[in-house]
Amino acid sequence: MASPTVLATDTIISAHAVDYLIIALYFAVVIGIGVIARRQISDSVDFFLSGRSLPAWVTGLAFISANLGAVEIMGMSASGAEFGLPTVHYFWIGAIPAMLFLGVVMMPFYYGSKVRSVPEFMRRRFGTGAHLVNATSFAVAQLLIAGINLYLLGSIVHALLGWPLWVALIVAAAIVLSYITLGGLSAAIYNEVLQFFVIVGGLLPLTLIGLHRVGWWSGLSDRITAAAEAHPQDIAPAEQQLNSWPGLPLTGFDSSFLSVIGIVFGLGFVLSFGYWTTNFVEVQRAMASNSISSARKTPIIGAFPKMFVPFITILPGMIAAVLVTEIGDIKSGQTVAGGASGEGVKYNDSLLYLMRDILPNGLLGLAITGLLAAFMAGMAANISAFNTVLSYDLWQQYVVKDRDDDYYLWIGRVATVAATVIAIFTAGLASNFSNIMQYLQTLFGFFNAPLFATFILGMFWKRMTATAGWVGLVAGTASAVIVAFLSEDSFGSASTGTLAISGQGAAFVAAGVAFVVDVGLSIVVSLVTAPKPVEELRGLVYSETPREDLVDPDEAAHPWYQRTLPLAGVALVMVVILNGIF
Amino acid sequence: MSDTSTQGRHTAGILDIRNIIGSLIGVYGVILTLMGLFGDQESDKTGDVNANLWAGLVMIVVGLVFVTWARLRPVVVPEHHDRPQGPPHDEAA
Repeated sequence: MASPTVLATDTIISAHAVDYLIIALYFAVVIGIGVIARRQISDSVDFFLSGRSLPAWVTGLAFISANLGAVEIMGMSASGAEFGLPTVHYFWIGAIPAMLFLGVVMMPFYYGSKVRSVPEFMRRRFGTGAHLVNATSFAVAQLLIAGINLYLLGSIVHALLGWPLWVALIVAAAIVLSYITLGGLSAAIYNEVLQFFVIVGGLLPLTLIGLHRVGWWSGLSDRITAAAEAHPQDIAPAEQQLNSWPGLPLTGFDSSFLSVIGIVFGLGFVLSFGYWTTNFVEVQRAMASNSISSARKTPIIGAFPKMFVPFITILPGMIAAVLVTEIGDIKSGQTVAGGASGEGVKYNDSLLYLMRDILPNGLLGLAITGLLAAFMAGMAANISAFNTVLSYDLWQQYVVKDRDDDYYLWIGRVATVAATVIAIFTAGLASNFSNIMQYLQTLFGFFNAPLFATFILGMFWKRMTATAGWVGLVAGTASAVIVAFLSEDSFGSASTGTLAISGQGAAFVAAGVAFVVDVGLSIVVSLVTAPKPVEELRGLVYSETPREDLVDPDEAAHPWYQRTLPLAGVALVMVVILNGIF
Repeated sequence: MSDTSTQGRHTAGILDIRNIIGSLIGVYGVILTLMGLFGDQESDKTGDVNANLWAGLVMIVVGLVFVTWARLRPVVVPEHHDRPQGPPHDEAA
């Protein structure tokens, strides 16, 4: 394509002074928030410290933004370019129902039991065995995801400045490290909300201009159809890309029926409930709010913007696949040199190439800012969640007990630096996968699917024992790993191909197996081991918790649009309508 | 800086998230509008739409809405807070 090369010859994107100005302004504001927050401690401590005085729309947006990182933006646009519209299942099936469930059913237990973290709930309910498994797997997962975020951040810097990927990785890691220190944890929610608007400001024009260029929906359909007919060997039929159901290209299954089952049960139930209802990074935002009512509403309010995120992530990916020569070429099975990593064009580069091709300087800077902001905030969230769990859930609980708070703060700082270094190596790992989403789904299958099974069983079945807690988790995770090894490609060349499943479908199956194994083993083990005394289960198990501990007495006084259940109902109806349209 | 009423309660002033969002989006809007008016429109990329200008104007409006909203319904910061400083889970914010 005719990309203007002004400053450098070998970069994907050529930014001008105005673009750098927009990027610089954003970082000035972010750092400014940190500095002001630090200087005006006495005035602003209440205001900054948590969502306690923040309105619900702010915590709801922060809830979404914490997840709207590199993985979501690049991964979803990559998946949109490769598979088309079925990718929306990650939102409408794979996120919204679980977020509503978190708000309606599970949040009262988290909030009511006054735990500080999700692993801590695990410790109170099941003791140290399950807690150790949960805290360790969470910490490891955060390191891996931080690596993915860093890899994508590095690839943007590479695309922008043309540095080698490894140099970009180290520099980006250094920036994030100073960002965590400078921005301060108290300013994090602010940055997340700000980041949300910058991302929308960058990606919405990209989507609209892209649609204008291809001739809106009918033009996009025509071009996808033409591309699919020209390369029937490599590209899925157009009707499968332009309708979300049954989602055959996404799951890789041959049968529509199995594909729907895989999406609804594997993605919609096991994977997404495991992720959204037990992920500490997300849940913690709701935990910090001022009442059980606000805590419950946080994920529900977040569900509304979440519904429309696919229109600014997946849609640009689909547009890139027909508008950008390079992406169209790899979709038709060719190999194209270049790409953000410098190691060949990948689907993950879809957004960058589309930005290069259709955004004028100015809007280009805004879009770059949105991506940089998302990736940094994402990595910062992963690393600070990691250091919290490491220093308080792991180090204080199991390694060095009973020291003063300063000691654990120091451990946390060491953990932050160590995590950043480890993330650089994880980033190298991530660069070997052509589709980040698959890599992530593989991980979620291992860690999150059995976690949800254990939580939901433990919350509603008082007979479930501590032994069952950790046995179920370990066996569930192990079974997911085994399925991944037996599949065709979940671990790349390490997978044996014994089972004829591949791609996202294999991840769905692995997650489903992990869930079933966890539930089955937990029930069997519970029946042969001694349960916890009933009086220790108040606030942790439904039948042992008084009803008034689970609801906010003031809630009935609010108008309907401020109450948990009506809001959740509206969100559910909207998602059903969206599924019907597409 | 921030307004102070008689009870020693503060409005959040510039620290109100709506003011921060509104100012940044507004400034971006101005920059883009200027680019749209005086810069290269790069019509071959955008398909003959002055994208910078339109995006800039919309962003100015959005910025003004946020700032006006913060003016009309200021957030009041309570003087006392019962929250201990730096509980562990704030680390992960």
